[in-house]
Amino acid sequence: MLTKTFKRGIHPLHSSHEGKGPTRDLETREYVSDTVVISMAMNIGAPAKPCVKKGDHVDIGQVIGEAQGFMSVPVHASVSGEVIAVDQVPSLGAGNMTAVTIKNDFAETWVELHPLGRVENVDPAKVIPAIQAAGITGMGGASFPTHVKLTFKPGATCDTIVVNGAECETHLTADYRLMLEHSVRIVDGLRAVMRALNVKKGIIGIEDNKPEAIEAMRKAAQGREGVSVQPLKTKYPQGGEKQLIEAITGRQVPSGGLPIDCHVVVLNVGTCAAIADAVIDGKPLISRICTVTGCVRQPSNLLVRIGTITEDIIGACGGYSETPGKVVFGGMMTGICIPNDQMAIMKSTNGVVVLNEKQARSKNESPCIHCGRCVQACPIGLNPYQIKVAADKSDFESAKKLHVMDCILCGSCAYQCPSRRWLTPSFKFCKDHITAEAKAKAAAEAAKGGANK
Amino acid sequence: MSLRISTAPHMHNPLTTQRLMQFVFIALLPTAAWGVYAFGFSALLVLLLSMASAVAAEFVWQKIAKQPVRVGDFSALVTGLILGLNLPATAPWWMVIIGSAFAIIIVKQLFGGLGDNFLNPALAARAVLLASWPVHMTASACVNPTFFQAGVDAVSTATPLGAPGTFTLTQLFLGQCPGAIGEVSKAAILLGFLFLLLTGVISWRIPVITVCSVYVCTMLIGGADWQGALAAVLSGGVLFGSVFMATDYVTSPITPWGQVIYAVLIGLIITLIRLFGSYPEGVTYGILLMNIATPLIDRLPRTIYGVKKEAKKA
Repeated sequence: MLTKTFKRGIHPLHSSHEGKGPTRDLETREYVSDTVVISMAMNIGAPAKPCVKKGDHVDIGQVIGEAQGFMSVPVHASVSGEVIAVDQVPSLGAGNMTAVTIKNDFAETWVELHPLGRVENVDPAKVIPAIQAAGITGMGGASFPTHVKLTFKPGATCDTIVVNGAECETHLTADYRLMLEHSVRIVDGLRAVMRALNVKKGIIGIEDNKPEAIEAMRKAAQGREGVSVQPLKTKYPQGGEKQLIEAITGRQVPSGGLPIDCHVVVLNVGTCAAIADAVIDGKPLISRICTVTGCVRQPSNLLVRIGTITEDIIGACGGYSETPGKVVFGGMMTGICIPNDQMAIMKSTNGVVVLNEKQARSKNESPCIHCGRCVQACPIGLNPYQIKVAADKSDFESAKKLHVMDCILCGSCAYQCPSRRWLTPSFKFCKDHITAEAKAKAAAEAAKGGANK
Repeated sequence: MSLRISTAPHMHNPLTTQRLMQFVFIALLPTAAWGVYAFGFSALLVLLLSMASAVAAEFVWQKIAKQPVRVGDFSALVTGLILGLNLPATAPWWMVIIGSAFAIIIVKQLFGGLGDNFLNPALAARAVLLASWPVHMTASACVNPTFFQAGVDAVSTATPLGAPGTFTLTQLFLGQCPGAIGEVSKAAILLGFLFLLLTGVISWRIPVITVCSVYVCTMLIGGADWQGALAAVLSGGVLFGSVFMATDYVTSPITPWGQVIYAVLIGLIITLIRLFGSYPEGVTYGILLMNIATPLIDRLPRTIYGVKKEAKKA
């Protein structure tokens, strides 16, 4: 198999199938919980505004939060039943956020749907509005509103849609199962987008540790003009947007730019399947596949409703097998820790990985010995050890000169570091600080400009 | 229920600094064993004393300076062993202790401890000892005279560099020649090199290129034939230095191309000192000089994803 890849990178858990063993061969099963807590902040950008109140009855797919402007998507009820609360709940990293809690009546009644019909006959102009109306955000983890990604600034052109089926994160097999079980849906979603944007080329990239998925997707793509499958080398972070583009098209996203600046749009396989649901069936995004693994009795791939509580999900997988130390939304390399198991699944939650006490223990930093493993790992070509020196001194100017803003926070350097230095956390801090500073500066200048007038 | 939270990544490669140092220690054992076999009990004493005094110096310093004691990371032990292997078996006990203390306290700790020293501690200590007590440092005794039939004087003879042509290539390779405890057996050094390669502790770049550089430079500048150049590579500390000291993480460049430049220049300096300098051996200074150049080499620009080469300002 001819595989493509990017420069450098790492091979975490390579000897144990990237930690995917426990779940890769398990067929997805559906799990529907008693109550769901649906946050209004499902996407990057403006959160939705709730439009139901306590006591209301809702059907599946009913809009419960309205989109607030272009950088926002509506939120839909993922179960039918009664709204029992509209209140503030803790959200991941953003303080409290409004959420709608629905008690499931298990009637599974849907609102009236407005499908656009078969992909080959669909009106291209209606696809992107339908994607926004269905509340679709990037399902690979970033939660970027998909319709925004597909709406280009004037003058920008796109010649290739890259579909991300790399799933380079350890432990996760949700995308893999999706590719096996819903390969035609993914291809349909891709074709809908190609039709909407009038793009002739769609390439699905899959790591070569998933030969069955490559086979299934090839079959689904057969006879579909312009759609092809590209096997990729199994290497982390192969599924990073920039690395994927480099591997598949040989192009590089310019520093500080977006994929569209090199005429590419990247969509996750999950996003493509959701687009197919929205276009062909008119169904909004109300559920997703989520890999539940680690210290749980029955590691599984669950088809869960958006808003399902983590505790219920763990319960559906036989409960914790050990005292949990950390619970991570996403994979081990880039996942986000949740503070307690009352957090609800978001549209972007592709996995729930439970770590035991020992795995969760934080490691102490020891001095950098300049071994260069971070440099050999960095897929961008940065010198992480030098940036860390600047970051430790809060020398943001130097960090910027060392291109910290080009860091994709993949965690490869921190994974490799024998001194367990907190490289990636430092770089995240640097990036956040520099971004905030730039924003404050722009705001101050705008205010000054206003005063001068 | 309380869960720990932290930023990603949530797992690490199991390889730690301590493990790396242990691997280097293991890689040094074959050549140490040969040294003890060839030079006898006194060599063992030198090695034990240098290790013990290096660890003690680190411990005492970190206690005095009220720093966390990091003796457990094995780095002081490795420094002590490398220094011991750099000394002749006849080295007096006080010289060994002074060398260890200098390496650990002056070269390593005063510059910030592990990771912050700009010179290889063992090598810098060797240079100081060589300048201070040249007679003790170059006297190269052997207690096992059967190895040295070809030698002029079985008890105390000049190193191969002092008297070229005295030893055959095979003798040089196997270590049947006088020299510092750890540098004589090239076979044992290669065994350690192989171990370091297989465990992924070092890359092949610095050792292989340094050795090749010495070989080529000896031919081009010294006008030696292939045998003479091979003898130059197998003599003295070229192999030991390029495998165990030039590859010191802290004082060698990090980027692949940086390592190439570093290694080529080490080979060049070694050859120049050997051919034109007043010292017979140039390995120590070759590596030390390039240690100093390392921060500069690490500043060479690299290609960064998505960043166009910065256009020259007109």
